[in-house]
Amino acid sequence: MRAFATLVDKLYFTSGNLAKAALIKDYLKTTPDPDRGWAIAAIAGTLNFDFFKRKLIKDLISERVDPVLFDLSYDYVGEMSETVAHLWHSLPDDPKPLQQLPSLSEVVAKFAQGNKAQNRNYLIQLLNSMQATQRWALLKLGTRGLRIGVSARFLKKILAEYGQQHSQEVSIEKIERLWHGLAPPYTELLSWLEGKSAIPDVSEKVVFQPVMLSHPLDEKSLPDIVPQDYIAEWKFDGIRVQLVISEHGKAIFSRTGDDISHSFPDIMQNLDHQNISGVFDGELIVIQPKEQQNQITGVLAKETHHIGSFNQLQQRLNKKKPSNKLIQQYPAGLILYDCLSLHKKDLRQLVLTKRKQFLKSWFDNQPYDFIHFSEELEFASIEQLTSLREQATTLEQGYIEGLMLKAKDSQYVAGRPKGAWYKWKREPRLIDAVIMYAQRGHGKRSSFYSDYTFGCWQQDKLLPIGKAYSGFTDDELKQLDRWVRNNTIGRFGPVKEVNKALVFEVAFDSVHESNRHKSGLALRFPRIHRIRWDKPAEEADSLETLKSMLSQ
Amino acid sequence: MHPHPEHWITTDQNGLYCAVIDAYIDPLVPVHRAVVTHGHADHARPGHDEVFATQQTLDIMRIRYGEDFCKQAQALEYNQKIQLHQAEFSLVPAGHILGSSQAIIEYKGRKLVVSGDYKRHADPSCKPFEVVPCDVFITEATFGLPVFTHPPIKDEIQKLLNSLALFPDSCHLVGVYALGKCQRLIMGLRALGYNKAIYMHGALLKLCDYYVSQGIDLGPYIPVAEVEDMASLQGEIVLAPPSATNDRWSRKLPNVITAMASGWMQIRARSKQRRAELPLIISDHADWDSLITTIKQVNPAEVWVTHGREEALVHQAQAMGYKAKALSLVGYEEDESS
Ligand SMILES: [Zn+2]
Ligand SMILES: [Zn+2]
Repeated sequence: MRAFATLVDKLYFTSGNLAKAALIKDYLKTTPDPDRGWAIAAIAGTLNFDFFKRKLIKDLISERVDPVLFDLSYDYVGEMSETVAHLWHSLPDDPKPLQQLPSLSEVVAKFAQGNKAQNRNYLIQLLNSMQATQRWALLKLGTRGLRIGVSARFLKKILAEYGQQHSQEVSIEKIERLWHGLAPPYTELLSWLEGKSAIPDVSEKVVFQPVMLSHPLDEKSLPDIVPQDYIAEWKFDGIRVQLVISEHGKAIFSRTGDDISHSFPDIMQNLDHQNISGVFDGELIVIQPKEQQNQITGVLAKETHHIGSFNQLQQRLNKKKPSNKLIQQYPAGLILYDCLSLHKKDLRQLVLTKRKQFLKSWFDNQPYDFIHFSEELEFASIEQLTSLREQATTLEQGYIEGLMLKAKDSQYVAGRPKGAWYKWKREPRLIDAVIMYAQRGHGKRSSFYSDYTFGCWQQDKLLPIGKAYSGFTDDELKQLDRWVRNNTIGRFGPVKEVNKALVFEVAFDSVHESNRHKSGLALRFPRIHRIRWDKPAEEADSLETLKSMLSQ
Repeated sequence: MHPHPEHWITTDQNGLYCAVIDAYIDPLVPVHRAVVTHGHADHARPGHDEVFATQQTLDIMRIRYGEDFCKQAQALEYNQKIQLHQAEFSLVPAGHILGSSQAIIEYKGRKLVVSGDYKRHADPSCKPFEVVPCDVFITEATFGLPVFTHPPIKDEIQKLLNSLALFPDSCHLVGVYALGKCQRLIMGLRALGYNKAIYMHGALLKLCDYYVSQGIDLGPYIPVAEVEDMASLQGEIVLAPPSATNDRWSRKLPNVITAMASGWMQIRARSKQRRAELPLIISDHADWDSLITTIKQVNPAEVWVTHGREEALVHQAQAMGYKAKALSLVGYEEDESS
């Protein structure tokens, strides 16, 4: 545990990638199994359980620290684990402290086996035996909130480099393909990396394959898009998923590799590997009967249906075990746009147009009506492309987020290869809202009031509609921070209420009904588009205006 | 005038005004008479008519602002009592930096102490804080939150030496405030046996020279501007003002590891903000425990809290049974000296 805490503390403060890699490789070299594998899991975010809940930490600290002092400290530090790490102290009737700090794997095992009461005691013992930095590392680890500037992707690259010191057959591509078939503490993987055993066999596992991602299209580079070289597709407002199915099993994964099959029995139970076998890339959506005319046609195979709102999909995603009623109300479907392998044949080396051909010819003969195919959109010029985007922008419903542009000759490459795929989001919607509350930001921004809640008018009252943390420059942030400090009229814990005097032009992707805010509305992806220092607050928009922009 | 200090101390946009000595204490703008507790720029500003301070504070102001930093400078020895306007006035050591002081005002049997900036941790570069029992204690609260515990300076200096041993090819660039922190860090290194020359940014030189002129031994130090081959700075310690650690000036240094010496370095987000790879928690202010201990020792009837994080300290002082309130003074920059 000591070595692990030192490692994550160093990684946290080290800025260069080379130095970070050196620290991790050194740790791998000097740390025994299974400790080092658990450290990999902690850094890559593949630990599959919380050691303890945040609630327990809160309970324990509130027994030890005056609540007012805790709140003020938390407000300043901006982060729970660090606040607790600094404020922690022992109480006379705590369980006895440990003789020495246990190993990381012992900590993992203890928490995995312990019941609630045992884990509570163990946590107190550990915290009492530690220094602030170690406490911070433990609390972050135990709630799976370790963010130290090492992404899973970067870690795999470091593992590959580490392996290449011992064995020529190691590559990052191989690690990527194995990754989701392996589990912590990765002893097989590490043994292979060190040239001590053969590559782990994951062929009979249902394994998520890393997905190919797109770059946002910079409109300045629009003229560089040669229409003959690209295909265009709608960018659907669902979630990106990967469907993996073979005789060994089936699963549907989120873009980051989380297995979300359980939330979608209406899809999973129906699929049979006799009819569908391979790895498919697509969009998960809710399907609704069509009621209105003003809709893009040709997206779903059945003209009588259309894509439900993201809000409806959200309700399905939130439920680990959806009721039959919810399933009937919001049946799920898939729109497939790509295919990594089909009937055991790996297609990733083929060009996009070929992969789509294979996918289409299979699709035309498949039996499931909840599976759809993402058609290519016709365009022969940039003008036509622009008008497609306008079509998406003017749509009443929010279910088309914009366009995807994909190079016809692109192979399926994990990550975000240059020049291959682009997303071109539709124009954002805009509304003028008034800042009502401000809160300190987190991380680098913890000394600034950088999180803003804003609202729209209902008669002469402002009702909150959303929060934004982004969209402004560093200079603007400083100005806003100063404005907040000079315009504070009240305080609720960490939240400052401000004069209702400053207008933000807020950009957002869509608006939905929601009971999160008193206004009954919630924005998707709100960000501050412009600060209207010039605009009187009374001239900000009304809630009615926002309601008229509702998606269904 | 009524003897209770609340009748003769007020705050306005110029700062803290004391009517019975007819002077502002550490005013933010030029005034007719100022008491200056110490030389940090947010407390010592140029352009006053009359300034009361220790000789060392006056010297520091002269170095920073030039000969005509005020019309008339009045130097006071520590504990030298003078009659000023209607009250008795004196300065006592605050343990913050060289020449730093607390202001003591006694009027009709009531005593008020304005702490200025202070610390209780050992610091060989200045006289230690003196506890003066009083009726009203006006304390700073720069680190007025229980999360702040400043470790012993030798532990932090050791971190720097450990890093030098681990990365002998790296130039260790340490961000330090020019006045106080810089010299204390150097003395801390010397105390642990670091005898090599220490390199420094030009902006730090004058004040180091001044400390030396006051009999403080800093050992050898060399301006970076006099170094011909930058590569020779590998494995050396270079000191610079915090603003220079991430700017063009520092780019010429070889293979840099950036450290920062400040009390804020205890908080991760603040270290990140400063882009410190090696945060050193070294502060010239009182940490939370010191603030509380000091209040207990001074044991005033009332505690008034000025710049910093007033809320928590006011709450704590009240919980300890003191009458306490916040004097919300703005304009003191938390980063200058912390
Ligand atoms: Zn100060
Ligand atoms: Zn100061």
